[in-house]
Amino acid sequence: MIPINPPFDLLPALLPGVGITLQLTIFSSLLAFMLAFIVGFGRLSKYKSIQVVSTIYVEFFRGTSLLVQLFWAYFVLPHFGLELTAMQAGVIVLGLNYGAYASEVVRSSILAVPKSQTEAGIALNMTSTQIMYRVILPQAFLTMLPPFGNLLIELLKGTALVSLITLSDLMFMGAQLRITTLRTTEVFCLVLIIYFIIAYPLILGVRGLESKFSKGRA
Amino acid sequence: MEAIQLNQYEDISPVIDKPIISYQKVSKSFGDLKVLREIDLDIAPGEIVAVIGSSGSGKTTLARMLMTLEQPTSGVIMVDGEPLWHKSVNGKLVPADEKHIRRVRSKIGMVFQQFNLFPHMTILRNVTEAPIHVLGISRAEAEERAVAMLNKVGLGNKLDVYPAQLSGGQQQRVAIARALVMRPKVMLCDEVTSALDPELVGEVLEVLKEIAAEGETTMLLITHEMAFAGDVADRIIFIDKGRIVEQGPPNVILSNPRNPRTREFLSRFRQQWASKS
Repeated sequence: MIPINPPFDLLPALLPGVGITLQLTIFSSLLAFMLAFIVGFGRLSKYKSIQVVSTIYVEFFRGTSLLVQLFWAYFVLPHFGLELTAMQAGVIVLGLNYGAYASEVVRSSILAVPKSQTEAGIALNMTSTQIMYRVILPQAFLTMLPPFGNLLIELLKGTALVSLITLSDLMFMGAQLRITTLRTTEVFCLVLIIYFIIAYPLILGVRGLESKFSKGRA
Repeated sequence: MEAIQLNQYEDISPVIDKPIISYQKVSKSFGDLKVLREIDLDIAPGEIVAVIGSSGSGKTTLARMLMTLEQPTSGVIMVDGEPLWHKSVNGKLVPADEKHIRRVRSKIGMVFQQFNLFPHMTILRNVTEAPIHVLGISRAEAEERAVAMLNKVGLGNKLDVYPAQLSGGQQQRVAIARALVMRPKVMLCDEVTSALDPELVGEVLEVLKEIAAEGETTMLLITHEMAFAGDVADRIIFIDKGRIVEQGPPNVILSNPRNPRTREFLSRFRQQWASKS
């Protein structure tokens, strides 16, 4: 018989892991967000070399396993003289990996804004930079938001993998707690719920941004 | 066939002393498709020129090259005495940079068939955005100008709504205000009523007539509205297969065209025009 009393007594042991998971999510999503724009623009650059470098980056990080990338950053790079803490490795790899996906979102959303909008900008004698920042990006950003929201949730859940490179995140703490208490069902129910509690405000936040940016749209 | 008909392409072009716009042997090809062939066309300051012709005749491309939306394949376009796409370096014309193109095209404004308003901005912001950020005038002054212009096109009560909340005719009037508030010397109107429901065409043409009547702005109207062209234009140009086939005052072109192609194109319309006048 599984006890149905909420296992609140397990919470204090899990909470330090929540902090690590949140830190990872925040820093790596910031890195991913920046990379998404840099690389998304890079792939649209008129310079062939920038296009090529951006494309190689995207295809590499999309085409290989996130877990293997984490292992590389944490276990293999030290052999080449590059020592990263588990946190650094986690943030960098998650950021690079999700940045690759998100850059495709940026690129396709920019391309999805009708060419006639650029032409309207030209007819008003705007510079190409003004057209990009005042006309194209605000419209493209609205298209980016839903897939960005999905990626953010994916990233949050992807942080669980860092438990395998010794980082004591929520997942890691859960696994530890299971071993010490043997209350497997309760521990992992709690872990599930905590992940959801972190994810849900993110979902709501993205929705809020969507309605803010879709003001006036048909 | 082509060779025999070639002489019919000789048209009578008026001599203009100081044209504000001058197309000099301008050609445009898209791949193998020749859209415009060695166009020579001068437009006088303040003149209102309507360009007519069937779809695919090249008339829209004529305006788009002047707005720098398409680059001519060959030839030179002069705006107010300066080459638009070229820069004079040691007496030779070389392709111009963005800075030069922007300076010259600041004299041109354009209204599009599909309005092309910015959907994420209110009507007021659509009209103030370029004056503030391109002309560099203060927000207060830009808003004053914009409100005056929106009043003129009858939309002074719609400042805070978004384009999607307006009818096509209203959107097009905003687009006209947005172009005019930049005070261009030359206004290009590319089939501005073609995307509108028939009952909304009138309100847009009324606004354009009013602007034309003020006589301050040179206008190049690409249009299918023959009656409108006849009413407002000083000169009508008929383009066929990328060439100016015939041009002249509206009453001549619309009621008594010489060229067989113009006659054919206008046949249906001419009956109405004749019975009206």
